[in-house]
Amino acid sequence: MIFRGRLVALIVKELLLLLRDPRGRVVLIAPPILQLLIFSFAATLEVKNVSLVVYNQDSGSHGAEIVHRLSGSRTFTDIAFVDSVSALRPYIDEQRAMAAVHVPGDFSRDIESGGQGSLQVILDGRRSNAAQIVNGYITQLATGYGQELQLSRGAAASPAVITDRSWFNENLLYLWFTVPSLVAILAMLVTVIVTALSVARERELGTFEQLLVSPLMPHEILIGKTVPAMLIGFAEGLLIFLAATLLFGIPFTGSFGLLVLSLLAFIGSIVGVGLFTSSLSKTQQQAILGTFVFMVPAITLSGYAAPVENMPEWLQLANEINPLKHFLITIKGLFLKDMPAVEVWSNTWPLLVISAVTLPVAGWMFRRRLE
Amino acid sequence: MKRLFALIRKETLQIVRDPSAILIAFVLPLILLFIFGYGVNLDSNRVKIGLVLEEQTPDIVSLVTAFTNSRFLDVTVGRDRREFEDELVAGRLRGIVVVPQDFSVRAALEEEDGAVQVLADGSEPNIASFVHNYTRGVVQIWLTHQLRDRGEIVDDGAITVEERFWYNPELKSRNFLLPGSIAIVMTLIGTLLTALVVAREWERGTMEALMATPVSAGQILLGKLIPYFFLGIGSMALCWIVAVFWYEVPFRGSFVGLLAAASIFLLGALGQGLLISSASKDQFVASQAAIMSAFLPAFMLSGFIFEIASMPEPIRMLTYVFPARYFVTSLQTLFLTGNVWSLLFDCLLAMTVIALVLFLAAAGKTSKRLDT
Repeated sequence: MIFRGRLVALIVKELLLLLRDPRGRVVLIAPPILQLLIFSFAATLEVKNVSLVVYNQDSGSHGAEIVHRLSGSRTFTDIAFVDSVSALRPYIDEQRAMAAVHVPGDFSRDIESGGQGSLQVILDGRRSNAAQIVNGYITQLATGYGQELQLSRGAAASPAVITDRSWFNENLLYLWFTVPSLVAILAMLVTVIVTALSVARERELGTFEQLLVSPLMPHEILIGKTVPAMLIGFAEGLLIFLAATLLFGIPFTGSFGLLVLSLLAFIGSIVGVGLFTSSLSKTQQQAILGTFVFMVPAITLSGYAAPVENMPEWLQLANEINPLKHFLITIKGLFLKDMPAVEVWSNTWPLLVISAVTLPVAGWMFRRRLE
Repeated sequence: MKRLFALIRKETLQIVRDPSAILIAFVLPLILLFIFGYGVNLDSNRVKIGLVLEEQTPDIVSLVTAFTNSRFLDVTVGRDRREFEDELVAGRLRGIVVVPQDFSVRAALEEEDGAVQVLADGSEPNIASFVHNYTRGVVQIWLTHQLRDRGEIVDDGAITVEERFWYNPELKSRNFLLPGSIAIVMTLIGTLLTALVVAREWERGTMEALMATPVSAGQILLGKLIPYFFLGIGSMALCWIVAVFWYEVPFRGSFVGLLAAASIFLLGALGQGLLISSASKDQFVASQAAIMSAFLPAFMLSGFIFEIASMPEPIRMLTYVFPARYFVTSLQTLFLTGNVWSLLFDCLLAMTVIALVLFLAAAGKTSKRLDT
């Protein structure tokens, strides 16, 4: 009973420390919601509102039709016209246009004579990812028109031999991908810093020594630091989850029970990493910068910014210790794919392993400081 | 002047003696460059798909070969679509291609609803569109070959498109990600590190102690800024060397342009760090404020990974406020294109204005506290 009383007191003290200060409270609630709002719309690999510059050297009808179709497309919102090839360059260089389309002078003549009209497209390689997608749009539009011309010439239609559909997110809405991912990322962001600072602050202010000489056992201190961080992180995760479903209307097809369990395991592993960082640092500054050295690679390699399967084999292997990578699979699966328990488990046990390693190591480090 | 040097010396010693400053200025940049150099590849080039053959027909063999030979697809062949569906849920496959019974070239041509079905994992919209495009390409090319082999005339289409990608013809995402990551590194040094350092002085009360000495508020600020400025420039130099010599990213601009852009950006970042620390005076709050107002915008709102033009109008407006946007554009242009002065000038001007505003705000905030 004494043991439990001591522990509860420590947990209450930790929670008070975080929640008593109004600025601290605001920092725990407002930024994650604001970030969810801004970044879920910002983080898109779709390409929209593209600026285009066109040099139509062709006097025939086909060149005009191509230009007409480009300006009719919803992808290209801003089209400028120039009258020489050299005038195209500054548009690309100064990023006033992502792509330049040049319709050569013999375009219509070539088509009319039964040959092939050739369209030149110049794209900004500084943004090669978006540029490739834009190139796809332009090519599709031009060859589509080319096929129509062929049909009218009486050639055989190219058959539609494929039906393609997308499961789980039929219209390929990018928001359905970013918002579930951000639930995990934002919960991690807050949890890891709260945890890392909990010990570092006491150490910097010298109160950690006082804790160590109190009747609390080292493992009790460890539990007393772990539980409040878990509670805060878990509440944070649920809060962002609610915002994702209620505010953004992202469908949640999976089991809520599984979400709670896997979220707990995820927060546990993050707390483990945070306490481990904390045990290595002497000051708050070291703790915060230490968490950055963990967080930046964790986010970049998680599969959120770029697909994990594009990474080299050895990096994918190293990525197995990245808790965010595992949890992103689970949370996207639970949101969109109604992921079964077996699959949730196969992405959750690595998180338990991470906590099972980091927490005892952090505890051992604390005890070593004691001696 | 002597006082200023003493302050700078004190600050520099603090940096040199604290491993975390070195960690953030030199180790994290190397980790970042390493990750962006090897780990982040936006060009989905080996998409894992499952190919389901419901029946073996003579035409299928060549179609399967066409799929397995594609350098964009990593194909697993199976007979039962249900096992692949489970893999799709688990995220181990990104798409399933189903070749139905009685499949043949004729059937493919006559079937109205399409002979081959493609299912993509929509929970990854970007990869899903790659799945659709790649599979369509493979089937289309295969069909054209089959028809040619049978002696049928296939028209190539009335219009062809020749594309050229300027400044990055090999389309390496590394070439624009590595220059962009310099902006992230300098944001961390300029804003986060400075915010923490100054917040700590406030938290511990050593700021009051400094203010009780004969040094002026301006000298205190300068004493803080100069060492971190050089730390930031040093870190950028390291990034530049690694990007150019190790990853062979071209550098077509001038050092003058690079130094100007980096210095102005860094000044703005330092001003922001000072402002945050003077406003919060607490390391936890300062770190959260720095993450939210500097690090995440530099990552998400700068055009570093995500295209600004594609964002909704209000967020596009918001990106103009963050200096990282202009710095990323300057870096990508200086590395890949060269000295496009008209573009660089606009970026430098915008960054200068933002830096001035931040500095004035920080100075106002700090000197006011001195009076009370």
